Amino acid sequence: MSDPLVKVTDLQMYFPLTRGIIFQRQYGAVRAVDGISFEVAPGETLGIVGESGCGKSTTGRCLLRLLEPTGGSVEFDGVDVTHRDRRGLADLRRNAQMVFQDPYSSLNPRKTVGAIIAEPFVIHRMAREGDERKREVRELMDRVGLNPEHYNRYPHQFSGGQRQRIGIARAIALKPKLIVADEPVSALDVSIQAQIINLLEELRSELGLTLVVISHDLSVVRQMCDRIAVMYLGRIVESAAAQRVFDEPRHPYTGALLSAVPVPDPRIARAGEREVLSGDVPSPTAPPPGCRFHPRCPEAQARCATDEPQLRELDGGTLAACHFPLAPGAMAGDGVDTD
Amino acid sequence: MSALLEVRDLTVSFDTEDGVVHAVDGISYSVEPGKSLGIVGESGSGKTVGTLTIMGLTRSPNTTIGGEALFEGENLLTLDEERMREIRGNEIAMIFQDPLSSLHPYVTIGDQMVEAIRVHRNVSKKAAEDRSAELLGMVGIPDPRQRLSGHPYELSGGMRQRVMIAMALANDPRLLIADEPTTALDVTVQAQILELVASLQRETGTALVIITHDLGVVAEVADEVAVMYAGRIVERAPVDELFARPEHPYTWGLLDSIPRLDRPVSEGLTPIPGRPPSLIAPPPGCAFNPRCEFAMDECLSVIPPLEPSPASAGHLVACHLEPRKRERRR
Repeated sequence: MSDPLVKVTDLQMYFPLTRGIIFQRQYGAVRAVDGISFEVAPGETLGIVGESGCGKSTTGRCLLRLLEPTGGSVEFDGVDVTHRDRRGLADLRRNAQMVFQDPYSSLNPRKTVGAIIAEPFVIHRMAREGDERKREVRELMDRVGLNPEHYNRYPHQFSGGQRQRIGIARAIALKPKLIVADEPVSALDVSIQAQIINLLEELRSELGLTLVVISHDLSVVRQMCDRIAVMYLGRIVESAAAQRVFDEPRHPYTGALLSAVPVPDPRIARAGEREVLSGDVPSPTAPPPGCRFHPRCPEAQARCATDEPQLRELDGGTLAACHFPLAPGAMAGDGVDTD
Repeated sequence: MSALLEVRDLTVSFDTEDGVVHAVDGISYSVEPGKSLGIVGESGSGKTVGTLTIMGLTRSPNTTIGGEALFEGENLLTLDEERMREIRGNEIAMIFQDPLSSLHPYVTIGDQMVEAIRVHRNVSKKAAEDRSAELLGMVGIPDPRQRLSGHPYELSGGMRQRVMIAMALANDPRLLIADEPTTALDVTVQAQILELVASLQRETGTALVIITHDLGVVAEVADEVAVMYAGRIVERAPVDELFARPEHPYTWGLLDSIPRLDRPVSEGLTPIPGRPPSLIAPPPGCAFNPRCEFAMDECLSVIPPLEPSPASAGHLVACHLEPRKRERRR
């Protein structure tokens, strides 16, 4: 295997909680990401899934160094970028881009689409002459399925799906190596989502991109990714090839997550022996001791409350952090817990 | 069985600066006691406006409302505000998408629930509190007594949505309207809420109208499904029938464009090209024609009526395609 493009080791991102206005005291921390490690190979698509508050977006922001991690390290293309300053990040900024969830708030409403897409050239002083730049921008617009004649229009004149295309054009402008897409389709209408998913896939194979897709939607991630990491409360609980995760979930949380997704087929929906988790995700300021999932876990035993399981390799190559992993093929198993 | 709610040819249009928006353009459906109807559509299809209008929540000088919405024989569209207030939250209750913005942030959960009960019932505060605690317990909130003195911000999204449901059920409504009740929630919590709604419906015999963009949610809770596009119902059928033999090209498009866990990835996604039309100047003829791969000359000029499909009883489709060509998907 070639060297990874992104290597994350023991990444930790705590946000301090403070009290007081003048004399601020820290009384705790939101442990958004609490010690995770993974690699992304060039050309690979990694999916990070989890529910709100699991730390998936924070992870994405740390990869791009939009946040400075409080612990661990992030390497991009063999260079440690964890604590680099602005100048030291120039290379990362050029080669790693982001596509945001909300195409309404991530585009400057006062700039024309042409200016928005040309912005990366300006920032990175890829100072091309006016005409040449304009031609490049038009090509980019055409590439993502926008009409190049709309160069001078403003974001409000476009629909949500088209705006997401603008955001994607901006992201690929500098021919980056890595794109982190944070919930790229969840703000879009269902009939438009497939258009954007297909576009990202085309671009990936055409430009040889490496993609990290962050989403709460398992079906979206399954459609797009080679490998998937499932997060829960700041930790990776399971990581494996995409198909494996869906066919043979080994962590009870992954199993529950899968069975919670409503399937658009009434026969399956009725027959489904669905495993409904009780309770909510606990607060990341005070995660439960032991396995963080144990208060909601149908398989939990005494050991889970005290002993935090580490990510380990199970037969078949799946990494799971669980003392009592599900047997392969034990999906929709026993211990159904309804409330 | 006679219908609890019968909507006939409902139209809603808004007069705006940019022109008249035809948000709902002649929809008809009925809901029987204890049954559930799912209304599916994308943003701007009129699914929410239609039900808000039935609840009398869109009345304003720049709104034009037509048609009828008969609830146990009374036309909700022409009732005066006083009678409407008696019905709302009592005989018909509504659950909204976002539980945080639908609950009052400064008022305790107990006070909000007691208010909802005492508006309609002449009971003591104590009795209303008891009833509130009982309801919170019923929707699966732990320590219901203590929760009464809490504020909404102290609860998670799923718990808030449970409070909304408890409040909606407070007066034993005959009809419950749920507008995207689980869209703001995580999948594991969504599963909890859907199970809860289904079991409460079984217990109380309430009829349900559920509005959603998620075909998976509909497959799970609805008995009958209406698919809306650009203010009109394009297909209506019993749930099994709709998913097994969809007949409208838009419904096919929806089913083919969503990533699904029960299908191999290799099948890929087939997006619906283009985007939903403007409701100020919808395309002439069938509103779906610019995005429809089967569009014929007739589709460009004549709006297809919603008619029973010859293939099966109870299945209504608004499409000019010949019935045998509509059996394309299995």
